[in-house]
Amino acid sequence: MYKLKKIFATDSYIVPLVAILLGFLVGAAVMLIGGYDPIAAYGALFKRVFGSAYDFGEAIREMTPLMLTGLSVAFAFRSGMFNIGADGQVLIGMTAASVIGIKLAGLPAFLLVPLAVIGAGLFGGMWAGIAGYLKAKRGINEVITTIMLNWVALYLANYIVRTFLLIPGQNRSEDIPASMSLTFLNSIFDNARLHWGTVIALAAAVFFYIYLWKTKQGFEMRAVGLNSHAAEYAGMNVRRNVMKSMFIAGVFAGLAGAGEVLGVFHYQSVLAASPGYGFDGIAVALLGLTHPFGVILAAILYGMLTYGSAGMSFNADVPPELIRIVIGSIIFFIAAQGIVRWVLKPFYFKRKKEKVL
Amino acid sequence: MDLLTLGQMLNTTLVFSTALIFAALGGIFSERSGVVNIGLEGLMMFGAFAAAVGGYYAQDAGYETMAPWIGVLCAMAVGMLGALIHAVASITFKADQTISGTVINFLAAGSTLYLVKLLFEGAGETPLIDGFSKYPIPVLSKIPVIGPGLFNNYPTTYLAIILVIVVYYLLFKTPFGLRLRAVGEHPSAADTLGVNVNRMRYVGVMLSGMFAGIGGATITLTTTGTFAHNTISGQGFIAIAAMIFGKWNPLGAFGAAVFFGFSQAIRNYVQLFGWSQSIPQEFIYMIPYVLTIIVLVSAVGRSSAPSALGQPYDPSKR
Repeated sequence: MYKLKKIFATDSYIVPLVAILLGFLVGAAVMLIGGYDPIAAYGALFKRVFGSAYDFGEAIREMTPLMLTGLSVAFAFRSGMFNIGADGQVLIGMTAASVIGIKLAGLPAFLLVPLAVIGAGLFGGMWAGIAGYLKAKRGINEVITTIMLNWVALYLANYIVRTFLLIPGQNRSEDIPASMSLTFLNSIFDNARLHWGTVIALAAAVFFYIYLWKTKQGFEMRAVGLNSHAAEYAGMNVRRNVMKSMFIAGVFAGLAGAGEVLGVFHYQSVLAASPGYGFDGIAVALLGLTHPFGVILAAILYGMLTYGSAGMSFNADVPPELIRIVIGSIIFFIAAQGIVRWVLKPFYFKRKKEKVL
Repeated sequence: MDLLTLGQMLNTTLVFSTALIFAALGGIFSERSGVVNIGLEGLMMFGAFAAAVGGYYAQDAGYETMAPWIGVLCAMAVGMLGALIHAVASITFKADQTISGTVINFLAAGSTLYLVKLLFEGAGETPLIDGFSKYPIPVLSKIPVIGPGLFNNYPTTYLAIILVIVVYYLLFKTPFGLRLRAVGEHPSAADTLGVNVNRMRYVGVMLSGMFAGIGGATITLTTTGTFAHNTISGQGFIAIAAMIFGKWNPLGAFGAAVFFGFSQAIRNYVQLFGWSQSIPQEFIYMIPYVLTIIVLVSAVGRSSAPSALGQPYDPSKR
């Protein structure tokens, strides 16, 4: 009971909640200025998410890659690096899963699916590892390398799909015979495309937590993130930690790619532009305060808002882009906590008075 | 390849580089003052949007010849407004600068498209406008190869090149530049000497918004003619790369931006070489990005960021 009280007494939970509320208020204000009805719009948003079993399942599907890319960005962040490259790592993961899924199609599913998932994770990790290696060995800013690697990944993935996997005359690969869909849940959710990726994402968050806060290696990684000079002085191998951290971040993103290919689409298309999972992942990581469980909650919020925004434009005629303003504002208020504290000040004052009485 | 195409290629290089030069110069102002600016992409988006809308209404009101310049002015103003959000969050409220820059990217993507749909009855892009036309410099543009390559360009390109020199002079030869750099290297020392750290940083961030805004504007006013969701797709991030690549120095950033422009131009002209037919197009598209990594690995080495980059200034910790 005491513990519970303590949790609710600290404002680390109140600030994000107030920030979310303020974000919605900003969105409502923008809608009012534009001449729209915010209540109808938000109503349509939530109705879209919770309206039917199918939509609810699809919203969960939408959250899954966000969880993993969010974890990817957050993990790198914790060891002092900014992974703008989750997008490319997802693409490489997708491609690895497609190649394994199609080229080894003869294998039984219980072998093929794990192989494809592991392959996606490994290749995603190695792709991020390039940036980690260059940072560790050559001191090259990972912001540049991950941005560049995103583009290289896009074209490399397109090349591989176009040359080795394409159905003649079409712009997409063959279908992958095995899938990682959650069969029993799919039927409950009216054939929504739920898949094991969600379970993998939750497991990844738990791994993230245990690794960083309960192991010696994780302690080193956080130390490097907080102050690499101090960590070096304390005898930690900063370079190895940098590489390891980028590798693990890439594995998370690669797994997101496996989920999309094996769980949702079952094929891979030749893409004109990068899919943007990585950039959403940055937002999710920041919304979740780079804590693994925060990231999961943030992905749920983010996924709900983006999935629901389609309903908003359909039923209330509000441009779905508005939701980016809401999300941006929420991150803004979380980042600039000073503003939230300022808004909350009168309430704190009241509470203190009560104590005196 | 004949000389005519060589001239064209030079020209295309400069067209592609212009927006990057502006945005990278903007990034330098912000980061030299100690404020990380991941939001360049969003600021360019604000600029591209404002230029398209401002240019459209100016044209509509009958100011045809002035319209592109009015667009540029709108882009400067809106870019600065966007940067103000970043400045308030990261300087006054000491928010994490990376986070607040990301916020700019989000707000820009959301609000510009929202406004486009609002202003133009649900359309996904702004109406097409006449942007700048190329202005040949008399005499010089008659020189073979170099003439059509360098001296027959959009006015914004000339402006960008002039500004590279102006910004260089401003940063390294004037008291203002010294203060701006001091605030980014050692804010407490600057404070002791009477420099208002936060005010300098505000100036740096606002200038970055202005420059990135013009950068975005050049894209709508010279290449696309409209603003849509994909008008700005990664140029801001490439500008960040150019800034880091050029070691936070205007001349270096200029070189890097031209390098990116050149590798994009290569992509357009490589089909003219017979031998390129045997190379898959994807590998040609990769050239700029792979080249950047290779050059970074082989030549540039460790980057030298301003030492107080990313740290909010807190006088009580002096």
